Amino acid sequence: MSRETDVLDTQNYDVSGVAVNKVLRNTYALLAMTLVFSALTAAASIFLNMPPMTYLICIGVAMALMWFVMPKVANSASGLGVVFLITGLLGFGLGPILNQYLALQNGGQLIATSLGGTGVIFFALSAYALTSKRDFSFLGGMLFVGFMVVLVAALANIFLQLPAMSLMISSVVILLMSGFILFDTSRIVNGGERNYIMATIGLYMTIFNVFIHLLHLLGFASDD
Amino acid sequence: MSGMEIGTALLLVAFLALLWPNAKYWLKNSPEPRDGDWTAVALPIVGVILFVMLLMNMV
Repeated sequence: MSRETDVLDTQNYDVSGVAVNKVLRNTYALLAMTLVFSALTAAASIFLNMPPMTYLICIGVAMALMWFVMPKVANSASGLGVVFLITGLLGFGLGPILNQYLALQNGGQLIATSLGGTGVIFFALSAYALTSKRDFSFLGGMLFVGFMVVLVAALANIFLQLPAMSLMISSVVILLMSGFILFDTSRIVNGGERNYIMATIGLYMTIFNVFIHLLHLLGFASDD
Repeated sequence: MSGMEIGTALLLVAFLALLWPNAKYWLKNSPEPRDGDWTAVALPIVGVILFVMLLMNMV
């Protein structure tokens, strides 16, 4: 088997249980590894006490890799290296944010609660999409347009500086990402996504966004 | 405006530009929902809302 077909077996792919299970198994294995890796890079970033600008730089570089490099390498084994690079960067970028929360009296508790909450949301929605086997691809247009509206609102709030709007954005992002978990998982189950590297990136981004925005809401709820 | 704010604004604009082709594709190619599809989405989403509210009350 060539290295390319390790990632995407287009010749023999069908939507049968075996092929779908293979993509699912590979996706969740890679997702688990990338989450552990980004936790390690986040810990390194916390330890090094990186400045706030690190977050923006890491997100910017990760985004560029996702859009301009990933499509070219997603069907080859080198795509695995790029996934680890992207998720490692995103984890490293989290360091300054986590440091701000850790400086709070109950910061550790907030981070742990957000981490646990993200895990519960992800596992519950994934299990729901996997067991129901429904096709949630009809959500695609609404989710992408909704996300674009949220980005415009976030852009506006840089100038408006409204705390209520910031909370509203975080709440909507959590709901949109919940929709994306259903959408992405059902695409794997129904054969719409056959590349486990792309599937991993999609699911990782939903987890990343739920974690960040849940942390924001919990920080607000605890009056910090 | 601080450097962070300018950087965030630039990133958001870039993200919007990059996301637009995907949004356009899915707007054109999303299948029509069948009976019960919206209920199947609403149930877990309501669950997420209640769960987040519970977490916010806990901290």
